[in-house]
Amino acid sequence: MAVSDFAVAAAPRRFSLLGNLAIQRLLLLLGLLVLWEIYARIAGDTGMIAGPSGILRAMGPKIFANPKVVAAIELTLFELAVAYGLSVVFGVVIGVAIGMTDFGRRCFNPIVVLLYSVPQVVLLPLIVLVFGIGPLSKIAFGFSHGIFPVIVSTITGMRTVNPTFLHGARAMGASRFQTIRHVIFPNMVPAVFAGFRLAMTLTLLGVLLAELYVSISGIGYFTQVFAETFDPSPLFALMTVLTVMAVALNELVRLVEARFTRWKN
Amino acid sequence: MAERSALDSSGIVPRSIQVGFVAAVIGLWFFLTLGGHVHLLLLPDPVKVWYAMVQLAVSGQLWAAAKVTLLSILKAYFTAVIPGLAIGFLVSRTLRSVQFFEPIFSGIFSVPLTLFFPLFIFFFGIGPNSKIAYGGLYAFFPVVITSIAAFANTDQLYIRAAQSMGASQLQLFRRVYFPSALPGILTGLRIATVVCVASVLGGETISSTNGVGHAIALQAELMETARMYAWVVYVVVAVVALNMALSVIETRTERK
Repeated sequence: MAVSDFAVAAAPRRFSLLGNLAIQRLLLLLGLLVLWEIYARIAGDTGMIAGPSGILRAMGPKIFANPKVVAAIELTLFELAVAYGLSVVFGVVIGVAIGMTDFGRRCFNPIVVLLYSVPQVVLLPLIVLVFGIGPLSKIAFGFSHGIFPVIVSTITGMRTVNPTFLHGARAMGASRFQTIRHVIFPNMVPAVFAGFRLAMTLTLLGVLLAELYVSISGIGYFTQVFAETFDPSPLFALMTVLTVMAVALNELVRLVEARFTRWKN
Repeated sequence: MAERSALDSSGIVPRSIQVGFVAAVIGLWFFLTLGGHVHLLLLPDPVKVWYAMVQLAVSGQLWAAAKVTLLSILKAYFTAVIPGLAIGFLVSRTLRSVQFFEPIFSGIFSVPLTLFFPLFIFFFGIGPNSKIAYGGLYAFFPVVITSIAAFANTDQLYIRAAQSMGASQLQLFRRVYFPSALPGILTGLRIATVVCVASVLGGETISSTNGVGHAIALQAELMETARMYAWVVYVVVAVVALNMALSVIETRTERK
């Protein structure tokens, strides 16, 4: 009995390539890619679907060698960066202003939540009417998507401070500024960064929605061109580039988050 | 939901400030438009919008477009919820499959699937089907992610107790897993509702032949802004009502 218990306990410790979850996930991904490739080669309509190899072949000449497409991707990144920066700054300021007092929270939190719940896409045509079909409307729409999660999470972060810490700080004679700097601020960080991460996804969503709705030089324009000419491989390749971009940005925010929440562990 | 007490919005002062906020928005609207402070093409006065709303309702356009959109939302919702709950439950069976699949689903959900919207148009056409597929896929992820967490967090003690009292698999599911997971599942269903509404409307706005989103985009293109605002007001009112109904349902189930 004791021997078999040992064997069970020891088994996972041995390094096993197939037992590793990350490797298993990678294998699943590879398997799906292979199935996709087989499907694209055997059954797929070449005017509709491109396999992974076709996408890779199109990636160089049709995406990265085309300066207009590269400029479109850069423009989208620029719109995203401006919209995200504005969301974070204004979101934190408004969130702090509302979350500072109990009164402010009780009055304005429901209003923020109400505004957050409206599907903003119905305002997209209006945003385009006001801000035009250039980058400005994309920035405005990304901003209006990104700011709400930041406000909501800042408000939440400000109110989830453990009262014991506040009492402790006060008992040790901390000033109001010191309390904010050393107790409230570090405590806000996890909730606020959860909001920052969601804001990144939503800002990108807003920018992309506006790009797809109307665009004269951005990626929305090129997805339309590729789709209308029934040329699937550059379309799929452009989407692959954007997906990689989205995943990378997400990981970036997650890394920053991990860096600022180290104190928790 | 222990937060509710501190975020409680009842009480006379907060309520009156909230009502005041809505009144201020409407007041500002009147002030800007009737005072001539803003271009009437961008913001028509509320009376005009009200007439447009009445006209949309009377002429039957409202119902015709709403029917298309509501049906699409409903179909997308069930496309998302049924496989979402089933897969969520299956994945939650073992710790290993939770560890394997959960990061995959949350990873995909953190990418804005709007990226792939042109593909949906490409494969399903510009009719309602592309919006159903897009909304359904988008809303699938919150359902599956929350239901994995909800089912996997069932207290082992309850499961063992039920098993030792001789519960069958079906009884175990009905009496232990399901009630224990219900709050988490409802959160997922709520997110799925919001996602479905937003993505179907979004799809219709971007590229469609029919539906409320299409109507809004069309009126904007025709510069018929009074009509566009009329549609927007209808959507906002409907969504706010839906949200209130959902939070009532959520509070009811929490009390049990």
